Amino acid sequence: MPAVQLEGLARRYGEREALGGVSLSLQAGQSLVVFGPNGAGKSTLLRVLATLLRPHAGSVRVLGKPLPEEAWAVRGRVGLLAHEPLLYRDLTACENLRFHARLHGVALERVERLLELVRLERRCREPLRTLSRGMVQRVAVARAVLHEPELLLLDEPRANLDPAASELVDPLIGAAAQRTRVITSHDPARGLAEADMVLGLRAGRPALLRAAGDVSVAEIAQLYR
Amino acid sequence: MRRTVAALLRKELLIELRSWQSVPGMSLFALTTFVVFHFALNRSSVDGDLAAGILWVTLLFAAILGVNRLFVADAEEGGFDGFLLAPVDRGALLLAKALALLLYLVLLELVAVPAFALLLLGPTLAGTLPSLVGVLALGDLGVAVIGTLVAALAVRTRARDLLGPLLALPLFVPIVIAGARASSPLLAPRGGDPAARWLATLGLYDLLFGLIAYALFDFLLED
Repeated sequence: MPAVQLEGLARRYGEREALGGVSLSLQAGQSLVVFGPNGAGKSTLLRVLATLLRPHAGSVRVLGKPLPEEAWAVRGRVGLLAHEPLLYRDLTACENLRFHARLHGVALERVERLLELVRLERRCREPLRTLSRGMVQRVAVARAVLHEPELLLLDEPRANLDPAASELVDPLIGAAAQRTRVITSHDPARGLAEADMVLGLRAGRPALLRAAGDVSVAEIAQLYR
Repeated sequence: MRRTVAALLRKELLIELRSWQSVPGMSLFALTTFVVFHFALNRSSVDGDLAAGILWVTLLFAAILGVNRLFVADAEEGGFDGFLLAPVDRGALLLAKALALLLYLVLLELVAVPAFALLLLGPTLAGTLPSLVGVLALGDLGVAVIGTLVAALAVRTRARDLLGPLLALPLFVPIVIAGARASSPLLAPRGGDPAARWLATLGLYDLLFGLIAYALFDFLLED
């Protein structure tokens, strides 16, 4: 059973079509990397898969469940790392993660473990607004994987991370995490290295959909011209 | 559900404790309004209908400030999405937000009612305070439920600062009328009992909007 199956997915914002005609099938354990210039519909695709946006046309199945009909059965099984960290600036990293742990019914010990993994255990009692963007991104990574989701939806996950921090979060959201992943990226070399399948979007429409091994960096660069 | 409500309420109160964005503003607004009434009416004391009207109108306008701030952190910092991704009953958010607003209103009244008694009220509250607390509690319930519903609706629009009060005020009018009529005898020179008819009206209005809010809230959170 595919982890993600899309048939003619379309999503509009008012009159403007943000996504249209997207069809693909992603098997469990595989990684789909989505490329495309700003406004191509990458984040919209992730938000539809996360059940935060309803599809306006086509069929969407995530983890075997049709959306939006059975969105309730998908929530809690996906982890979304969005552009916004989905964390409260006035709360500390500990408080934010504990809050999400309580919502997801996760043991609080996992919060401590994750804070150690992203090396923020010493800064975890400071309000988030006092941390750097890279540190906040590390907390956001911890939040996204807190409930051990089956499907990871990662919107430019390494934005704001320096190389060391990027390596730090690799066991959580990289290939080593051994989860089904849908990742948006602007980095063709890194993206291709992570992908089993590549989707290129241009103005909301699929311009490229192939196995990663059959795609060159030059073809991805073409999407941005 | 209870665990989710507790987690949401705890988060809500922590944010208020850190930022102090709602309760101090609401309290300061109420105090300033009493001072303005004091000078505008050119009277050293008021009682009965006038006193009840001033008290309820001031409390409701102060409540609007809290209503407007209720979902701001969630909307601006992505808390809505974080909550929507969790496998929990969405009614828990309504309950937690309404409880938080209810607590803010109680804290507001702990400041505003003694200030009102000192600055404007002629008759003493000594004998009628328990009854007044009861009437205020019934009004607070309605304000908390309606305020939460309206705030959830307004916060996702660009004109939320305008839309919140515009939607809330007409819905608060029955609470002002019933609350003022019920508490008017309590603020009269000889004191008295709250009017049962108006207490029942307040209670029914609370119940009606409690049901409406529970039925609608899920749809307000949907895309």
